[in-house]
Amino acid sequence: MADTMLQIKDLHVNYGGICAVQGVNLSIERGSIVTLVGANGAGKSSIIRSIAGLNREVKGDILFSRKHGDAPESILGLRPENMVRRGISLSPEGRRILPHLTVEENLSLGAYSRNDREGIEEDREKVYTLFPRLRERSWQKGGTLSGGEQQMLAVGRALMSRPDLIMLDEPSLGLAPLLVKEIFGIITRIHETGVTVLLVEQNAYAALNVADYAYILEVGRIALEGTGKELLSNPQVRSAYLGG
Amino acid sequence: MSLEMFFQHCFNALTLGSLYALIAIGYTMVYGVLRLINFAHGDILMVGAYFVFFGTFAFGWPWGVSAIVAVAGASLLGVLVERVAYRPLREAPRISALISAIAVSFFIESLAVVVFTGQPRPVLQPDWLISEWQLGNIRVLKLTAFVPVMTAVLVAGLLYILYRTKPGLAMRAISKDIETTRLMGVRVDNIIAFTFAVGSALAAASGIMWALRYPQVHPYMGIMPGLKAFVAAVVGGIGSVQGAVIGGVILGFVEIMSIAFFPELSGYRDAFAFIILVLVLVFKPTGLLGEDLKEKI
Repeated sequence: MADTMLQIKDLHVNYGGICAVQGVNLSIERGSIVTLVGANGAGKSSIIRSIAGLNREVKGDILFSRKHGDAPESILGLRPENMVRRGISLSPEGRRILPHLTVEENLSLGAYSRNDREGIEEDREKVYTLFPRLRERSWQKGGTLSGGEQQMLAVGRALMSRPDLIMLDEPSLGLAPLLVKEIFGIITRIHETGVTVLLVEQNAYAALNVADYAYILEVGRIALEGTGKELLSNPQVRSAYLGG
Repeated sequence: MSLEMFFQHCFNALTLGSLYALIAIGYTMVYGVLRLINFAHGDILMVGAYFVFFGTFAFGWPWGVSAIVAVAGASLLGVLVERVAYRPLREAPRISALISAIAVSFFIESLAVVVFTGQPRPVLQPDWLISEWQLGNIRVLKLTAFVPVMTAVLVAGLLYILYRTKPGLAMRAISKDIETTRLMGVRVDNIIAFTFAVGSALAAASGIMWALRYPQVHPYMGIMPGLKAFVAAVVGGIGSVQGAVIGGVILGFVEIMSIAFFPELSGYRDAFAFIILVLVLVFKPTGLLGEDLKEKI
């Protein structure tokens, strides 16, 4: 039987009078990498922000079961500061690291919801192992990092809450091809530690390559879904998103 | 002017500057988290001073106990003001919150006139603060030394909170990006309330020392110090705690020294602060340590 961690039922999101999401159903299996792919304005970010509690005008339902065996609970309407305590962490679009705080402080902020000192130290060590460059720059202000380093910091910060579900909004945006490859390598490594990943991407090729399951969004609706491999070989997808 | 006189003036300037600095910190902290000028801040100072007056005169408490109760009471009042007058306007345009702040200020002053009457009341000065030290030819009132030392201790405590504790980290994060800070699990409303509590406590501390130095309390005593401290916060760069301290000290020195060197201008002593405000706004609107007011895209 399938072990569903997150299930979205008939989600509608209004965003400044516009229906950004119109009746989306999707589910995320525990331990998988799921990706939402689509053009700008297709509603990817609106979905991910609704899960994180950042959108107000949301209809439908979002059910979440944190650990294997937990009964699914509705998390729609919870505040963002409570989501992270329930094991859902978001690395937002545009990185949104705090430029005036040091790398170390940015990571501490990521662990704000926790009080287990040793556990936090352990996770900080894990993040520094995953991103050695952050360790080198730990006393530097976030704003002085390069774009790639800032993205690593944003992902590292999202890991500091020790999430069960990590959501990454456009982690490859604006990065050089080599860095994109590095980021996707890291997403795979995070997934291997047992964290479920929801990935929003415009870079459809890279995203479909790492994803167990994928949804393709077009103007607020799911146009196609399937395993990453299926969609990669789908001619429709190839012509629309993968450049032929 | 003799050298002794000059040092005497320096001490006075430092004392006055410290009082401005403590108040200015509250303006700058609240601005940091809410982008709001809390015009009721000066009135919190007045209420703090009144609490000490009642503590010592009406209830006969020792001076130190009254001061602690006054600081705690003013803190609670600051939190209450935020809860009642600013939180409901969190999503409203900024100008609404500003109008609300002015209204709260008038409300507290008028309420004070009704409850405490408009008559100035004398404040008990503890003996150990009004005795003097003789340093060569300079006489230093102990209070004059006590104020800067107390200010330094309070500012050190504040910097510890800001840079070494979790709520401090959250405050610094909120000042740049509320939404992301919430995503990290910070309960923003609690941190904002905490900011008001700390800022109001410092204002009350300043008000109490103000009432000791000019030993009386009256319902409008917070207005002028409040306005000048606001100028100090702008001069130092609003949003920066260190800037508020520097701005406060600068303002204290300008005020005292201009009267010391040009006694014939003493009738204009309150004008100097505002001349500085105009000059800063014209030549360096972000203040000494202020960040660029670049709007987020």
